This record gives sequence, structure tokens and C-alpha cells, in this order.
Amino acid sequence: MQRRILLGGLTAALLPGLARPQAPDARVLIDNFAFSPATLTVKAGTRVVWTNGDDIPHTVTDAATPRSFRSPVLDTGDRFAMAFPTPGTTHYFCSLHPHMQGSVVVQ
Amino acid sequence: MDPEDRRGLLKCMLWAGTGVLWTVAGGVPRSGLLGAGAEAAETGLSFVQISDSHIGFSNAPNTDVAGTLGEAIGRVNQLKGNASLLIHTGDVSQLSRAAQFDTAAQIIKGAGMDTHYVPGEHDVLDEDGKGFFARFTKGAAGGYYSFDQQGVHFIGLNNVQNLKAGGLGNLGAAQLEWLTKDLKDRPASQPIVVFAHIPLWTIYQDWGWGTDDGVQALAQLRRFGSVTVLNGHIHQIMQKVEGTIAFHTALSTAFPQPAPGTAASPGPIKDVPAGRLRSVLGVTTVKQVRGQSHLAIVDSPLGT
Repeated sequence: MQRRILLGGLTAALLPGLARPQAPDARVLIDNFAFSPATLTVKAGTRVVWTNGDDIPHTVTDAATPRSFRSPVLDTGDRFAMAFPTPGTTHYFCSLHPHMQGSVVVQ
Repeated sequence: MDPEDRRGLLKCMLWAGTGVLWTVAGGVPRSGLLGAGAEAAETGLSFVQISDSHIGFSNAPNTDVAGTLGEAIGRVNQLKGNASLLIHTGDVSQLSRAAQFDTAAQIIKGAGMDTHYVPGEHDVLDEDGKGFFARFTKGAAGGYYSFDQQGVHFIGLNNVQNLKAGGLGNLGAAQLEWLTKDLKDRPASQPIVVFAHIPLWTIYQDWGWGTDDGVQALAQLRRFGSVTVLNGHIHQIMQKVEGTIAFHTALSTAFPQPAPGTAASPGPIKDVPAGRLRSVLGVTTVKQVRGQSHLAIVDSPLGT
């Protein structure tokens, strides 16, 4: 099995107006139909990068109503990045498999 | 579900087949796995269900899902007898791409049958499913619709959109209201077949295998004497009968998924033994009838 890895490009295309933040990226792996870590704690301004390690597509979707973000569909190896500039907690889920849930806590 | 029932259901599961042939004779739906030598009944309505073709998937254990869908359609042609229609219970595509829809439609056209689709969650990834609905649900913009065939009322439902965090499949208020109207003046004696992608009954909540408001749909169906609910999504056969409602989930034409709770995730079973993808393991004939119902669903097992 070969996994397609999209390096770069995606983030810039999705977030054209955001400069790359100073802090190193924080990472969330999507694996076995779960976000890992399920709760990620970062400092304000951190960019979070999700990578889909599953053979099934997933999304990273705001759990709040109204929804403020939804990633494109992430196929195997695809990544989605988003910066979190302000403190607070964001709950998200996979809109295809809603039992998959995660949180980003920004301090 | 009590543990005894759970064990019974787990025994019933099997995987990696091609399609299910349904016959409705005397109000009793029967299913037989294609390839088991099942033949359409001489009388009564019969139809075929396929599911989860996932055109575009290209990983273990199946890097040729178009090929296996083609084989499934080949079997349909061999075995359809007088079957009058074909139902696809969703996940036609892997990623809702136009080319994937085209490939699937072209292959399925080979059955030469009137085909009715409902969307899977993989089919509505872009533009709220407009691409799928335009191609496959014949103008039903919400992806749900009904029709009558030889006295049987068929209802296709869409339970794969507007899913809520932590939730299961979802029909939504508008669709439930439509269903109420659709059923309102129908006699309880008319056989009903409901088809939707995600199981309308809760099979395994931890993996999202159920529909949040499925109970509300089922409540509207309980007054009917013969209701058959056909689903896909879980890539394995499971079935039960509850009152007058018979539930059944179909095999995928693409890849098997594990029995509930038997793996770390519901992802594809990758380590299918060589040469076994098209076969069925551990087949058990299942017949669960509760209460006074005369309904039964019987899976005819495949050979080795």
C-alpha cells in the first residue's frame, strides 16, 4: 500500500491570509478513526496540523453551531492546518464519522 | 440488547461477498447471497441490493474496487431472474468525485436494471451532495424519495448528512415530516421496503453504526404488517426482526469491515487471506423472529 503525502501547498491554499506563526506546529494524527491526541493543548498562535493516517477519508469540522470551519475531505495522507490565535477551547469532530471527536485547548 | 442476543447477532455476521438477491413472496422477504445458487422466485416481487462500492478506494485489501463491482454486476446478471429492480444503498464512491460516479454508473448500467440509489457519507462530500443527487436520485434534491413497484412501497432515505458531533446517522426533521406524509394514507397491509445507507437501528454506537432519529422513522412504520429495512455502511451482514420490521445490512462490493468491537476501529479488514476476498467466512444461517411476527429474513449461505 502506498500512501499519498501532500507536502506543503495545502495549508497555503486553505489559509491564504495567514502568516506562518512563530511557534512550532502542533500535530494531530488521525488514525484508527480517532484523533490523537484527542485533546491537544497549545499556546495561542500555534498552528495545528492534522494528518490523516487512515485508509478512509475524514474531516476536521467545528462542533459548534454555527460552524466556523470545516476542512476539505482528507484522503489518506492528506493534511489540514489551522492556526489558533486566541485562548479558548475548540471542539471538533469528523463530519463523516461523528463519533470521532477532539479538542484544541489554547492557553 | 442482552448478551444472548448480542452473541446471536455476532454469529450472524459474514463478509466479502457481492450482493444480495431479495424476493418478496407472500409478504415474506428472503435474501440469498449472490453466488449461492439463489434464484429469483417465479412469482412475487424480487429485487437485488448492492452496497458500498467505494469506487476510488485503492488500498488493502482491494486495489480494484471497480473490478469487484463489475464482478458483482456480472453475478447480478447471472442470478437476477425476474428481479425487477436494483437498489444501491450508498457509498457508491470513495470521495464524491465526478469520475468515480461516472465509473460506478457505467459499471452498474451493465445490469440493465432500473436502479435506485441512496447516498452514503462518501457520496455527499462536496456541495452538500448536489453532484450525487443530480446523477443518482433523479431530482430528489434531498436524496430521499419513494415509489411503488408491484404493490410494494419503496422508500429511499438519506441519513448521511448534517451529522452532529458525537452523534450517529441523521434523518432530520424535514425528512421525517416528509415520511409522515408519504405513509399517511397507505394501508397497513401494503408491504414496505425502506433503504438507507447507515443502519436505522443501532448496531454499535461506539463506531457510529446507527441513526440518531431512526427510532422516529421506525415508529411510523410499526403499524405496517411487513416492513423490511435494508442498509449498508458496515460492510457485513447483520439482521434481526423486531415485531413486523425486519432489518438487514448488506455486504460491500469493495472491502469488509470488522465485526463491532473486534478491532481498534471500523476501518477495512486489510489482512484478508489471499484469494478469499470474494468468498464468505463463517457463514451462519440466521432466523430471528420475535413476538407474533410472521416475518423472517433468511440468508442462504455461500459455499466455501
